[in-house]
Amino acid sequence: MEPAEAFDGRRRAFRGGVAAAFRMPVWVVSASMMGFGSLARDSGVSFGVAVVSTATIWGLPGQIAFVEMFAVGAPVLAIVVASSMANMRFLPMSISMLPLFRADKAAWRWRYLFVAMMSVNTWAMTLRFAPGMPEQHRAPYFTGLSTTCMIVGVLSTGLGYYLAGTFPFYITVSLIFLNIMYFTFLFASVRQRNCLLALMIGAALGPLFHLISPEWGLPFCGVIAGTAAFFIDQRLGDGHG
Amino acid sequence: MDSGVIWGKWELWGLLGLVSFATYVWRATGATIAVRIVPDGAMFQWFSCLAYGMLAGLISRIILLPVGILAETPLVDRLVALAAGFLVFAAFKRNMLPSMISAVGVFGVLAALRDFGVL
Repeated sequence: MEPAEAFDGRRRAFRGGVAAAFRMPVWVVSASMMGFGSLARDSGVSFGVAVVSTATIWGLPGQIAFVEMFAVGAPVLAIVVASSMANMRFLPMSISMLPLFRADKAAWRWRYLFVAMMSVNTWAMTLRFAPGMPEQHRAPYFTGLSTTCMIVGVLSTGLGYYLAGTFPFYITVSLIFLNIMYFTFLFASVRQRNCLLALMIGAALGPLFHLISPEWGLPFCGVIAGTAAFFIDQRLGDGHG
Repeated sequence: MDSGVIWGKWELWGLLGLVSFATYVWRATGATIAVRIVPDGAMFQWFSCLAYGMLAGLISRIILLPVGILAETPLVDRLVALAAGFLVFAAFKRNMLPSMISAVGVFGVLAALRDFGVL
């Protein structure tokens, strides 16, 4: 392939990622981060910390744990552990997304940056659409998608922080709920059988395991639900039933 | 807020640094392990299943047993909103946008009615 042609293709893939972001993810990111910005201000976190946390933590459950525990004056270690555990999903998510980029030597060097840019949103879309793309288009697509989402997320956090006093309770809480519903229906649309099984088993086990151990319930839920789904799917074989 | 008294400006930035680092550790560990994973291999599938299992567990925990701001809303509101969303999801051939809008719409109206003291 001509280098110029490859470059053009990569550029188009990047733009494709930006366009995909504007189709839906960006609006959801914007709404949820406005909710977060408003929540951060109510928790007494400064504007700068709230905005920067969106870029550096880049995971809503962890961010919410951070500002809410800060507001009640929890000890440092408790805040760090709770926020980190709430974001533990990034471990299996990185492992299942990065191999899609490996054939692309130029992109592979940037893998530690890609995982920092990854959110549930961009991960789910990349897992769904990247396998159907030429290998050298996957990373540019992901970069366009995730950069757009992050820029909008940071701006929206600032906007939400600024508007905080003007939001009644039902608006802030609905913006946070929107994020949860977005992921609920994004995942309900997953078609791969083993992933659907993992979703169903995980949804059933998550709250139960949380009752047993709020800190360790989630990782155990992931391992048990994921492993059970993986083996059940293999037992069921290649058939569609 | 009281926490502002205990926490100076720089301590808060330091705390953000720690929390951000503690989150990045998961991502970076994933990137390190990913080197050994073949796309479409069994390990790749297994880790995808783990990620989905953990995400579903997290979401259903947040809906059923929330902490913080969502905990201030009644469970029945969250469940009614979720049910409305799935009804639309089934009716609109698994189209996620109308499902999400219905669920959040129902939830927002219920929360507003409670805020206004109607419910």
